[in-house]
Amino acid sequence: MATVEARERRQPWILLSPALAAVTLLLFVPLLFIVVYSFWLRTATGADVVGFHLDNWQEALTDPFYRDILLFTLKIAAITTIVCGLMGYPAAYFIARAGGNRALLLLLLMLPFWISYIIRTMSWINILGVSGALNSMLLWLGIVDEPLQLLYNQTTVVLGLVHFLLPFMILNVYVSLEGIDRTLEQAANSLGATRWQSFLEVTLPLSLPGLAAGGLLCFVLSAGTYITPLVLGGPTDAMFANLVFEAIITQLNWPLGSALSLMLLAVLGVLVAIYNHFVGMSQLAKGFG
Amino acid sequence: MTEPAVQLDQIAKRFGPFTAVHPTSLDIPAGHFVTLLGPSGCGKTTTLRMIAGLLDPTEGEIRVKGNRVNEVPIHRRNLGLVFQNYALFPHRTVEQNVAFGLKYRNVSKEEAKRRVADALSLVQLPELGHRYPRELSGGQQQRIALARAIVIEPDVLLLDEPLSALDANLREDMRVELKRIQDRLGITTIFVTHDQSEALAMSDQIVVMSAGRVEQVGPPEEVYNTPANEFVARFLGASNIFEGRVADATVDVVALDVPIFGVVPVPAERAQGLSNGEPAKLVVRAEKLKLARPGTDADGAVSVDGVVEAVDYQGQVARYFVRTGESLLQAVNMIDDHPFAEGETASVRLRPRDCAALPGNK
Ligand SMILES: Nc1ncnc2c1ncn2[C@@H]1O[C@H](COP(=O)(O)OP(=O)(O)O)[C@@H](O)[C@H]1O
Ligand SMILES: [Mg+2]
Repeated sequence: MATVEARERRQPWILLSPALAAVTLLLFVPLLFIVVYSFWLRTATGADVVGFHLDNWQEALTDPFYRDILLFTLKIAAITTIVCGLMGYPAAYFIARAGGNRALLLLLLMLPFWISYIIRTMSWINILGVSGALNSMLLWLGIVDEPLQLLYNQTTVVLGLVHFLLPFMILNVYVSLEGIDRTLEQAANSLGATRWQSFLEVTLPLSLPGLAAGGLLCFVLSAGTYITPLVLGGPTDAMFANLVFEAIITQLNWPLGSALSLMLLAVLGVLVAIYNHFVGMSQLAKGFG
Repeated sequence: MTEPAVQLDQIAKRFGPFTAVHPTSLDIPAGHFVTLLGPSGCGKTTTLRMIAGLLDPTEGEIRVKGNRVNEVPIHRRNLGLVFQNYALFPHRTVEQNVAFGLKYRNVSKEEAKRRVADALSLVQLPELGHRYPRELSGGQQQRIALARAIVIEPDVLLLDEPLSALDANLREDMRVELKRIQDRLGITTIFVTHDQSEALAMSDQIVVMSAGRVEQVGPPEEVYNTPANEFVARFLGASNIFEGRVADATVDVVALDVPIFGVVPVPAERAQGLSNGEPAKLVVRAEKLKLARPGTDADGAVSVDGVVEAVDYQGQVARYFVRTGESLLQAVNMIDDHPFAEGETASVRLRPRDCAALPGNK
């Protein structure tokens, strides 16, 4: 006979099992394939040689070409994260303190998600392109004689990424600001702290977990992107995921592509582990709740 | 007479069309422990927050030590604030919490250290400085919150239901503790509660509020014994209230004619503003109504027989509900050797000098 406690212990697993099955089937099994693939070898004739070869790994880990692009990828991700943090925090603060309009503001924040990320990225071409809105206006106003080349550089890649990721940052910071008891600031004020001082001493430190969670999401998502550099970047702005795309889709070199993608996964995994050590994963869950 | 520490001069607060606090004036003498007492939603917190500087009064003036403070921002008012939920900074140790307010005052490091240690020993938690708030019990957290508020030597200490989140035993200990600290420091204190026993036990002055208005201001005995109106009589402990008429009003005694008891001669100081023939109400506290065996000597008390309808035992005392004709009387008596049981007949007695009289409904 099942006891109440045994039933309660079992229940979470029963409820989780469809999700666990999906994750196992759709994530871990393919990941295992990729691990296996990364040790195969592609020959000049195009056929893959099954076996345990370290050639792909050696190439991925020693060729400075890959190292430089990995560093460039991390740099773009870091800049994007910092810009999102600087822009997202004040916005989140404003929403958290907006009183009655909060629900509307949060809805507006979600609105961009109704449009495909690719379309949102492409929309910058209509804005910044040679015959885009901005250039047309500048020409019409007579400020420039020739359309400016605004697109296809690092800045537009960061711009596209910030456009995509800012809502994630705002949501995460918002959630942690929401969780802070307002009487704490009032207590600080009563003790002599100005509003700015009580923000620095109380609100900001208590909202850092949300900022960190938003930062992690922005960093990981921008480091793994290939669409934004493809659409908005120039020929020298390829990011690491573009290399994977290139290897697998263009060159059909699955073994090398697998090794490269595992490399990126490992680097981001280390970052997530560091985050988990200092902040904990539960903060990330709150951001989606 | 010295200047009041805090003066409220016709302050009112409206939220849109709703008036949370009607124009109210109040003088709070320096060093006094004043309690704002009233049911939930009567405007106690709103009043306290206006004094603290967390809300702007819609009209009127607030003075601290004679100076208008309406425009002074909260961080310059030098008030100690204690909240029901403690509001300790979770990311700071106990010591850092207590030292917080000293950072904004010209206090040297050594001086700050000494004052924090003094405050912590005053609240009897000298050993806990290095803990974080989450590592403390509710009672300990509230003591730390108190230490944090008094370490800045505030002009006024403001406490909003500081004991309400604690469990019953702890609440009584903290009540004694808080009063001891307040006596020791002699700090002007405004305390908000909906609990009449807290108010009666701790206050120098009680301000009874209802629906945004002050109903009565006075020392605990006065508010308790001579309630200004029926609301106060009912809110401060259980009262029996009987409709009647003034039979004879003299300088010393006002005799009330009440249907079930007959004529009750109430001392005149407990029956203000009543004249002959007017309707009046007789107020008798439940603990002043004594049950006795029928036929025993009434010893000058007014008495009426009734049937015990229900008994609610509460440790050393019992609450009896006694039926006499139309009326259900409430009596809270010490339990002696022979408590009354349901269905028994009892003689219900009251001494006229324990009663009070209020003007009746015209
Ligand atoms: N910010 C506000 N907006 C509108 N009404 C409020 C606001 N704050 C308090 N009130 C109302 O004012 C009344 C008094 O509130 P409060 O002072 O908190 O009562 P108490 O502390 O005595 O329980 C209540 O009816 C409450 O709903
Ligand atoms: Mg309140």
